[in-house]
Amino acid sequence: MENIRNFSIIAHIDHGKSTLADRLIQYTGVSNERTFKNQILDNMDIERERGITIKSQAISLPYQARDGNAYSLNLIDTPGHVDFSYEVSRALVSCEGVLLLVDAAQGVQAQTLANLYLAMELGLEVIPIINKIDLPSADVEKVIEQIDSELGLDPDSHLTCSAKEGTGIEEILEAIVARIPPPKGDQQAPLAALIFDAQYDPFRGTVIHCRVFDGEVKRGDIVRLMFNNATYKVEEVGHFLLTRQERDNLSAGEVGYIIAGVKTVSDVRTGDTITLHNRPCEKPLPGFKEIKPVVFASIYPIASDDYEELAVSLEKYKLNDASFIYQKDSSTALGQGFRCGFLGLLHLEIVQERLEREYDLSIILSVPSVRYRFTLKDGTLIDVDNPAHYPDPSAIIKSEEPYIRATMMLPEKYLGAVMKLCMEKRGVNSILNYTGPGRAELIYEIPLAEVIYDYYDRFKSVTQGYGSFDYDVIDYREGSLVLLDILVNGEKVDALSQIVHRDRARARGLLACERLKDEIPRQMFKIAIQGAIGGEIVARTTISAFRKDVTAKCYGGDITRKRKLLEKQRKGKKRMKMIGSVSIPQSAFLAVLKSGTE
Amino acid sequence: MESSIDISTTDTTPGLYIHIPFCKSKCPYCNFYSVTSFTMIDEFLYALFKEMEMYREVFTRFDTVYIGGGTPSLLAIEHFAGILSNIRNIFILSPNPEITVEINPADCPQEYLESMRRLGFNRLNIGVQSFDDKVLTFLKRRHSVREALDTIEAAGNAGFENIGIDLIYGIPGQNMTSWLDTVSQALSLNLVHLSCYQLTIEAGTPLGLRHHRGEIVLHDEELQHAFFIRTSEILEKAGYVPYEVSNFARDISLASKHNQKYWNHTPYLGLGPAAHSFMGHKRWWNHSSLDEYIRDIEAGKLPLDSSEILTREQLHLEAFFLGLRTKRGIHLHNYSCRYGYDLLSEKADALARLVKAGFIEINEGYLQPTRAGLAVADSLVSILAFE
Repeated sequence: MENIRNFSIIAHIDHGKSTLADRLIQYTGVSNERTFKNQILDNMDIERERGITIKSQAISLPYQARDGNAYSLNLIDTPGHVDFSYEVSRALVSCEGVLLLVDAAQGVQAQTLANLYLAMELGLEVIPIINKIDLPSADVEKVIEQIDSELGLDPDSHLTCSAKEGTGIEEILEAIVARIPPPKGDQQAPLAALIFDAQYDPFRGTVIHCRVFDGEVKRGDIVRLMFNNATYKVEEVGHFLLTRQERDNLSAGEVGYIIAGVKTVSDVRTGDTITLHNRPCEKPLPGFKEIKPVVFASIYPIASDDYEELAVSLEKYKLNDASFIYQKDSSTALGQGFRCGFLGLLHLEIVQERLEREYDLSIILSVPSVRYRFTLKDGTLIDVDNPAHYPDPSAIIKSEEPYIRATMMLPEKYLGAVMKLCMEKRGVNSILNYTGPGRAELIYEIPLAEVIYDYYDRFKSVTQGYGSFDYDVIDYREGSLVLLDILVNGEKVDALSQIVHRDRARARGLLACERLKDEIPRQMFKIAIQGAIGGEIVARTTISAFRKDVTAKCYGGDITRKRKLLEKQRKGKKRMKMIGSVSIPQSAFLAVLKSGTE
Repeated sequence: MESSIDISTTDTTPGLYIHIPFCKSKCPYCNFYSVTSFTMIDEFLYALFKEMEMYREVFTRFDTVYIGGGTPSLLAIEHFAGILSNIRNIFILSPNPEITVEINPADCPQEYLESMRRLGFNRLNIGVQSFDDKVLTFLKRRHSVREALDTIEAAGNAGFENIGIDLIYGIPGQNMTSWLDTVSQALSLNLVHLSCYQLTIEAGTPLGLRHHRGEIVLHDEELQHAFFIRTSEILEKAGYVPYEVSNFARDISLASKHNQKYWNHTPYLGLGPAAHSFMGHKRWWNHSSLDEYIRDIEAGKLPLDSSEILTREQLHLEAFFLGLRTKRGIHLHNYSCRYGYDLLSEKADALARLVKAGFIEINEGYLQPTRAGLAVADSLVSILAFE
């Protein structure tokens, strides 16, 4: 155990986390140039494009240190978004230290803060690293000053590097060895291993990523997942190089994988404890939370013929995403589809993009909803996460909605703007703490529905990116809720229906109408767009018909050009859904559900 | 030779287009290819005759010739004599061919027109554009209203019966009254053919640039629509057949035979820079550069910029949007035979909607755009083809 170091990298988007990881991998010789694929850790296209890591990954780096000893450095990568903060916490719990990566030109950014604080809370060793020192705009002195004043870290503890150029890498590896403590644990104690991730392998089933805290696990062991209380026979254990590397055992302090005939990733839960069936540990490792989806939306194929294909794709997608849930659903306007549950809006967007990109499907999403709770006259209590199941209003005696506790950290100067935003979002019970000079922690209790609406984008914008945001769902509270429907030429588009707070209904309806007006191309007929509560129209806009669209001349030299234009249009049409006689582009549905700031 | 798409079209004889790529000055709205230097006229004509030779085996017979540009009327009578004699030597012209030339009113004294008539030209298309001098100034035309009227009169005196003029409407600063005044002047001349084009902003033209910079603003769509509908109504009332979006003829038999080939997928050969040709399921076009055009021909090869082989689906789509530009419309039975696609049953809902809304009619087996439908023909295509 003395020769093991478990660590993670915390960084803001684009501060070079993946590049640094690649350099560490290259330097330690795990990959040669031939097998080296840029940014190995973020191996999904979508992650590269968004510059974020969605699924955490792990890799063991063999390192011969200057002290003459051989070390095994386990890098555990973490997802970088608030929707996945629980996954991040489990990954960090599996480490003894973190590298805090800061861009020399951009300085300390907000996104690193929440994870840094989490690491500090867990008592992890933090090594600040200033990256991109090769940039002409690099201002190392300023960043050192920020590390001191804004992060409260010892400014002398920093290292510098250029991950891109590959300078400073050895110093980082040496610091990992020297400064991050080796893991502690009792090899003789009963097995206690923490699951921090799981991935699906089409040939082997679920590959569980775990950190062993006590004891050891080997092939043939019967293990028990403590929360699920399910037992499995271990088929293989090992650690990660660029690919999985089988080993005889995994023991206390080590990070690796277990393959045990677990069919899908949904059968394992991040944060659960693995122990031995016949010699279990006394109690599970602390911190387990059952992660439940909090945002719900329906997914429909644009072309109803694609329904079967969508079903197959969701099934495949689900294999690798335990936090995603779905079931059949149908819409009058959009036909057969699926009701899905997500961890948050980003999670939703990721699922949507992956379905479109990897499975080549054109889909429409309904307006996301939280799970509301209604008490009816006959005493029954129903949970509703789909506006289509909104109960008869006359039968409702009590409406409740979920609240979150939002914890925000931000520079003091943005406090006013953020408090205004929180109050606008029906936030209550605020608590304000000063965490350092000029830095504040602000806690509010806010209805989750307000947060999934457009909160995060607006928070980022009012804090100019310097605020960090984290949340926990706390409880249900009574609120006055109504069902807002959207009608296009008198036809209800049920995918656009939303359950909203009564005070919000009119404004929300108007905004939805305006958004649709912007996104729906003018057509040959006048299109009336209305927002309605029950029978009452609360908002309305009209898209006038176009009257003239034909070009004046079309002779020999114009035909090809005109045809190409139409062919392009045909492609666009494939992403349109007919609602009655109106073609509504996919972008219109997205615009309504993202109804952001004006 | 493969026939056109609409098999009810009896016209399968190809048409010949010749592009004369010279102008004295460039009109700011025009995106046809031309150069303003005349030093290359002889080389161009020499190349043109060689290009005709290259197609001797491919095309044999034409029943229409259309000499456009550019400004053909910048050529001398001897040039035209050369062009026509080469056409007659290399190809066969059907009896009573339609031979059209585009002329600019600034260039054509009566003797010139008389000579043209004698050479065999029997149809004139005069670039009048407006009977309002202010509008002509905006369009930077080289001629005045007076010259246009004189040229029209001279053309009649020279023996031309089939005279057509081009007019443009929807010009910034032009109101409905001004346009209708031009229309009524045109009507008083009792011409055989009128082409009334709504001004379109073409990228890469001086007008396009001014529009992009926001220096000029087109009329709003309502007014554009009103221009279009009023024009069509007035001309129809005066006895003209609105046979295509922008084209009106005294009688359907006097419609431009040549231009209809474009809309019917009848084969055509285009010679000269930037000219497009079509035959069967192939379309090809020449360099939009006089230098490259001449260089290729001198090197003994066709001066092609590019070409395309059209798939059945592409032909189908073209037939669709071209057909819906014309009053005659699309022959449903023939369309169904040709594409195995029965519009009437496959698109019953959309057709019913469009008929009810007054955009199309189904008459004697034809799917025909109404006047309101012609104004939005592109959308009719998109609804019927893509929904």
